[in-house]
Amino acid sequence: MRPQTLTALRTASLGLCMVLAGCASKPVMQDGIRVNDPYETQNRRVHAFNKALDSRVIGPAADLASGRNQSESGPGIMDGVINVGANLSLPGKVANSLLQGRPEPAIRNFFRFAVNTTLGIGGLMDPAGRDFGLPEQDTDFGETLAVWGVPEGAYLELPVLGPSTQRDAVGKVVDLAIDPLRRLLHPDAAWATFGLRAASKAGDRARFGDTVDSVLQDSADSYAQVRLIYLMHRRYELNEEGAEIDPYADTAADAVIDPYAP
Amino acid sequence: MTHMPILPRMPSSTPMRPDRRGVLTMAAGGLALAVTPWRAGWALDADQAGALISTALGEVYQVINSGRPPAQMYRDFESVFVRYADVDVIARSALGPAARQANPAALSAYTQAFQGYIGRKYGKRFREFVGSRIEVTGARPLKSFFAVTSTAYLNGRAPMEVEWHVSNKSGQDRFFNIIIEGVNMLASERAEMAAMLTARRGDLAALTADLQGAG
Repeated sequence: MRPQTLTALRTASLGLCMVLAGCASKPVMQDGIRVNDPYETQNRRVHAFNKALDSRVIGPAADLASGRNQSESGPGIMDGVINVGANLSLPGKVANSLLQGRPEPAIRNFFRFAVNTTLGIGGLMDPAGRDFGLPEQDTDFGETLAVWGVPEGAYLELPVLGPSTQRDAVGKVVDLAIDPLRRLLHPDAAWATFGLRAASKAGDRARFGDTVDSVLQDSADSYAQVRLIYLMHRRYELNEEGAEIDPYADTAADAVIDPYAP
Repeated sequence: MTHMPILPRMPSSTPMRPDRRGVLTMAAGGLALAVTPWRAGWALDADQAGALISTALGEVYQVINSGRPPAQMYRDFESVFVRYADVDVIARSALGPAARQANPAALSAYTQAFQGYIGRKYGKRFREFVGSRIEVTGARPLKSFFAVTSTAYLNGRAPMEVEWHVSNKSGQDRFFNIIIEGVNMLASERAEMAAMLTARRGDLAALTADLQGAG
């Protein structure tokens, strides 16, 4: 990436920082974690839409595509699609690791991409993970923003895409814009890779179908449960579990629930 | 686990005259051995916390690999949960402020229903663990308790970090929280109980009745 692009990105993220700070409401401690959800009413409407969409369209379609009942007999077509889509996301992850100043995961993902694109036949198979000890190092521009010091912002549930935060939502948009594959490929090919990556996400939905179903269908308040799970997992990924200064949790250790505490 | 507590071995082949001091020593040793299973007032250490989780996981995998019908497996999971987890504290913590106002009988009925609910809910998830393994990788003191770390290797997924929080505050070494890739069981159950209780306008007896079929 060119230096001026990097500078522009940093300036933009600083601006974003101020926007997020402007609309940040007071976070509250809820069920042992910090929740900042000023848009809860709108979010709940989107959640109802997503839940209906999932049970009527995405869930059944994912089941159909994967053949959930046959999935135990071995790797199917869906596994191939998941692998190819995940492989195409690697150049973007390399770029993000570099933007975060983390060369090691960038190098690992670079070699993973090189091995799986060639020996793994365009990413259909995963010899890098199986034989070379190069599992995927997951990252995205949301993490890059976090590394640059942009606050998490308010919780958002996005239509179709699901749970997010203001910072992660911006990250998703930027990830599409900075994807190195988009610059290298013909526009038609770029659209095809985008389609494959979307299909790969749908494949993941099918693979974790039972777990997603149980959270969405069996929870007394699936909105609150999805929000809680997303925020806890995302903060764990970004090493932000209670690490921020927060009047409701003064130290990082307070993020740990101690039911024996008086 | 790198280190397991090993009981001192008695030299059984050496002939020993049962003099007064020897008898006293053996009596003290016997007493120590008799007390060991309870470890009343003994400090829990990281190795013991790790060993507790290893043992509990061993029993969980016995259930997973038993091939019994699901309903029977859920009861088996519940019994493992009751033996290794501090169910009273987990149930009370999940209930939140309402637990302080509840009378003991109602709380006890709720706790009973809660443990069955946990057995079914997490039992359904454990079925996805067929053919997997979980390795205990370490244990460290954290605040007033111990955090035991483990890695779950599941088919076709990246390894997952699972952390267990173990305490002896109940008088026995028990775990009271499981954190899977940052997702915390106590926090999740707090949200669930709060939502169920709100739906029942704060009626604990109604929540207890709901829990008997939930999970």
